[in-house]
Amino acid sequence: MFEQSSYSEQYTFFQKLRSFDFVLIFCVLCLGIISNFSMYSTDGGEFLYHSKSHFIRFVTFFSMMIFLSFFNLRFWHSTAYLFYTITLGFLIWASMYGVTASGSQRWINLYFINLQPSELMKIAIIVCFARYFHREQMSNINSFKNIILSMAILLLPILLVVSQPDLGTSILIAISGVIVLWLAGFNIKYFIYSGLTLIISLPFVISMLKPYQKQRVLTFFNPDRDPLGAGYQIIQSKIAVGSGGLTGKGFLKGTQSYLEFLPEKHTDFIFTLFSEEHGFIGSVILLILYGILIFRILNIGSHSRSFFGKLFCYGFGSAIFVYVAVNMSMVLGLLPIVGSPLPIMSYGGSSMLATMIGLSIVMSTKIHSKQIIH
Amino acid sequence: MFDGGDSNVRKFNTVNRRVFILKIAKGIIFTGIVARLFSLQITENKKYLTLSDKNRLREWRLPPVRGEFEDYFGNVVAGNTKVYQLHVVPEQVEDFKYLMVRLKNILSLSDKQFSKIVKKKKQQKPWETLIISESLTWDQFSKVNFYLHELSGAKPVLSVARSYPYKANYTHVLGYVAQASESDLLENEEIKNKHVPGLRVGKTGLEKTFENSLIGTNSVKRYEVNAFGKRINQVDFKEGEKGQKVKLTIDTEIQKLCNELLAEKSGSISVMDIYTGEIVAMHSSPSFDPNLFMYGISYKDWDLIRKNPLKPLINKTISGLYSPGSTIKPIVALSALENDVISTKFKVNCTGKMEMYGQTYHCWKKKGHGIVDLRDALKQSCDTYFYEMSRRLGVDRLNITAKRFGLGNTVFKNLYSEEKKGLVPSTKWKKNALGKGWVLGETLITGIGQGYIQTTPLQLCLMTAQLANGGFKIFPRITVDKNQESLEKIKYKMKESLKITNENSSSLIRSAEEIFSTGEKEYNKLFRNQENIKFVLEAMSASTNEVRGTSYRSRIDDPKYRFAGKTGTAQVKKITKLQRELDLDTAQIPYEERDHAWYVAFGPYKDPRYALCVLVEHGGSGSATAAPLAKKLMKKIIDRHKEREKIRKNNLVDI
Repeated sequence: MFEQSSYSEQYTFFQKLRSFDFVLIFCVLCLGIISNFSMYSTDGGEFLYHSKSHFIRFVTFFSMMIFLSFFNLRFWHSTAYLFYTITLGFLIWASMYGVTASGSQRWINLYFINLQPSELMKIAIIVCFARYFHREQMSNINSFKNIILSMAILLLPILLVVSQPDLGTSILIAISGVIVLWLAGFNIKYFIYSGLTLIISLPFVISMLKPYQKQRVLTFFNPDRDPLGAGYQIIQSKIAVGSGGLTGKGFLKGTQSYLEFLPEKHTDFIFTLFSEEHGFIGSVILLILYGILIFRILNIGSHSRSFFGKLFCYGFGSAIFVYVAVNMSMVLGLLPIVGSPLPIMSYGGSSMLATMIGLSIVMSTKIHSKQIIH
Repeated sequence: MFDGGDSNVRKFNTVNRRVFILKIAKGIIFTGIVARLFSLQITENKKYLTLSDKNRLREWRLPPVRGEFEDYFGNVVAGNTKVYQLHVVPEQVEDFKYLMVRLKNILSLSDKQFSKIVKKKKQQKPWETLIISESLTWDQFSKVNFYLHELSGAKPVLSVARSYPYKANYTHVLGYVAQASESDLLENEEIKNKHVPGLRVGKTGLEKTFENSLIGTNSVKRYEVNAFGKRINQVDFKEGEKGQKVKLTIDTEIQKLCNELLAEKSGSISVMDIYTGEIVAMHSSPSFDPNLFMYGISYKDWDLIRKNPLKPLINKTISGLYSPGSTIKPIVALSALENDVISTKFKVNCTGKMEMYGQTYHCWKKKGHGIVDLRDALKQSCDTYFYEMSRRLGVDRLNITAKRFGLGNTVFKNLYSEEKKGLVPSTKWKKNALGKGWVLGETLITGIGQGYIQTTPLQLCLMTAQLANGGFKIFPRITVDKNQESLEKIKYKMKESLKITNENSSSLIRSAEEIFSTGEKEYNKLFRNQENIKFVLEAMSASTNEVRGTSYRSRIDDPKYRFAGKTGTAQVKKITKLQRELDLDTAQIPYEERDHAWYVAFGPYKDPRYALCVLVEHGGSGSATAAPLAKKLMKKIIDRHKEREKIRKNNLVDI
């Protein structure tokens, strides 16, 4: 079957290169450059640890993304389950022998890199679902077996990530998984039912939350409850963004971050720093860059003739959107503070790696858009 | 193309349709984020900019520069002097112990000073400035600067501190400054607002009274700080305003003379302009050097001041209460005349003592004065005459006159918190305060300024001034006030008050409170018949300038300096029979039991301008001790008069 389908679609290197999506690459490069400058700013205008390692990661993973883009989409299709299984294995490994930092056991030590498998799972879950629904007949999708199986695929990593504990990442995995399920054709009523169930069970869930998580939720609704403790981050982030004004305080002149009022400025709050220094105009430009990126990914998906590629692009594009929207809403005080990095911008190797892998699959979809996978 | 078929098409359609819905949702959410950004960064930008500045900017206030006090001639009597200080911010020091040991060697600090500094450091926050030394000598200061490269964290600072160039001369007038205490902050909002560690504020006297205008405003340094409160860099510097200058009515030359006259004595001298009420000099002895308080007084010095039996801490001029003795006699005589109790022709035979109500009342002159009329009685201070006169007058009528002339009330309204009211007794007072009825014998001794009656030296000075100016109310003051009426206007107003008829005498006698409440000062007459005032003044002149007058020995014959006065010798203890018989000299009596020596005077007699009051505590008789001082003082006052008049005309703007 496999050999049969590959009849006429062996592209040469140059053909592949020509069909690269340069808008996408442009966007990624722009975001990469912006992120490096922002990281330089978090280091106080010096090329120090964070900016150095962020630069190296970006260059490495970007190159890797270009390289992986040449892989045939079939490769991703055939290794999808393997990818998911390995990532799940990593998660289990992390839950048993993981490296603990700031009260959460989410990293595994791979000697050359400390990997955060939950970040990889964000991609793996989409790849896995894309593969799963690729062959499924429309009439069959809402079958009991499918529902149970896909719920299992989704819930297994979520439970593992929640237990790390890492509420933010698990929510993001859940949202992107649910979106993919819905895109795949799951009946809307299941989502409504499960949504209702969730709302009803919410009080119980909250009562089961860890005290610090409960604190965060409560603080979100009223940051002044504890202005020096849990509310501090939200308050300081809003001050930083708000004081940026139309044009911002200028590169390297963000007083909130420079004077260390802003916590976690190189990870979750990188957008705050950027927004403080470059103001409303800069923020909107960044948002437009993300918009174009997401739009391109969705667009590539819509041109793909394989359901695997299509579903992956739609899913991945939506996931990127969710990450960006959740991160920004969080730092702007629209959502509670849950750990969620801003793709490409935030410091963090695993997140960068996962994003780049996702992008390379998208790129591969673009290159092999005419290809049909059986 | 095995995937083809209906089902697949439907699948593709579903996913495309759903993505389209998602795209719209994404668009909406991104728009929402942009809207949020807009509201934060554009609409509420000002608010967050303020909050961000509040985060990053900290103000460091420096102590304000205190306003100066000047005397009438513009000499600075309380100023500011440059001092060299050494500050350390412990937070900025790498090795505090090492630095302290180095500083101890360089400044040659004693172990006691050293441990005091270490103790102080423990009570402060690490970023608060620790003052190692408030006043380095120039030697120490240059030494520190020389070794500065080894003393990272130490900061030699040029600062200002209060100084009193005339030292002990102005102590009681001005009071002194010292580090603001907890209660200073609680009592005075202004101090609280301007407080910085080490701020010095007025503790007593005018330094305290005029605190709010003297204090000035802080210079403010603004620093950028990080989230941990560490200073990053200075943003700007706003220079504060120096406190307002306060100009005194005092003449330093005369003030200094007062200090000299009372040297080694305990007592008080006050001099007043009888029209404008300006205090020309006001001194209480012994005094002390307020500069000692500048950097915190040493225990030894403080003990010397505190334990001195002559009580240097008390401003005797306004808060010392004494029996006025014979200095009250002009008022007793005036009261008797005003109330038509006696005429000036009334005579009494003084035999040296007088039997009344089963008690014997003695005249100071054992042999007696013989037959005396009122003028003689005042001139020679005959007690017997005054016993008889006050018996007829009664204490309540005396009370009214005495109070009208300023006894029994504070002279300055609220200028000095320590000022005492004194006491002029009345039958009603005794009933209320002591619950006992008035005994007639008490009227007799009140008539010679003994018994319950208590006055401050300044009250007697005011009383004399108000007699000397012809019997008009005046308003004593110690600072130059721009709204002050000119001498000419005051004299005019006094003349005007003569026109008020005596129909309703009670409306004439207005209480001090009433006069103050009207705002406009009225220099009302305090008498019914000015002839009575003139008579008393003439008798006082006789007392000084005629043979057998009590202060005849202290007279000045030169008409330019001629003055009139009244001596007073106030007993501090009831004289026993034995003592009376022994009739010891002052020197033979224990110090605490010796009489207080008083002298009140006004001059020049021809056209009086100044009144004075001299008190020497336990100085013996007024004529022997107090009057000679007054003579020297009056000469100086009149010599200085021309200079003073020149300044007075410059100082006044109105009319």
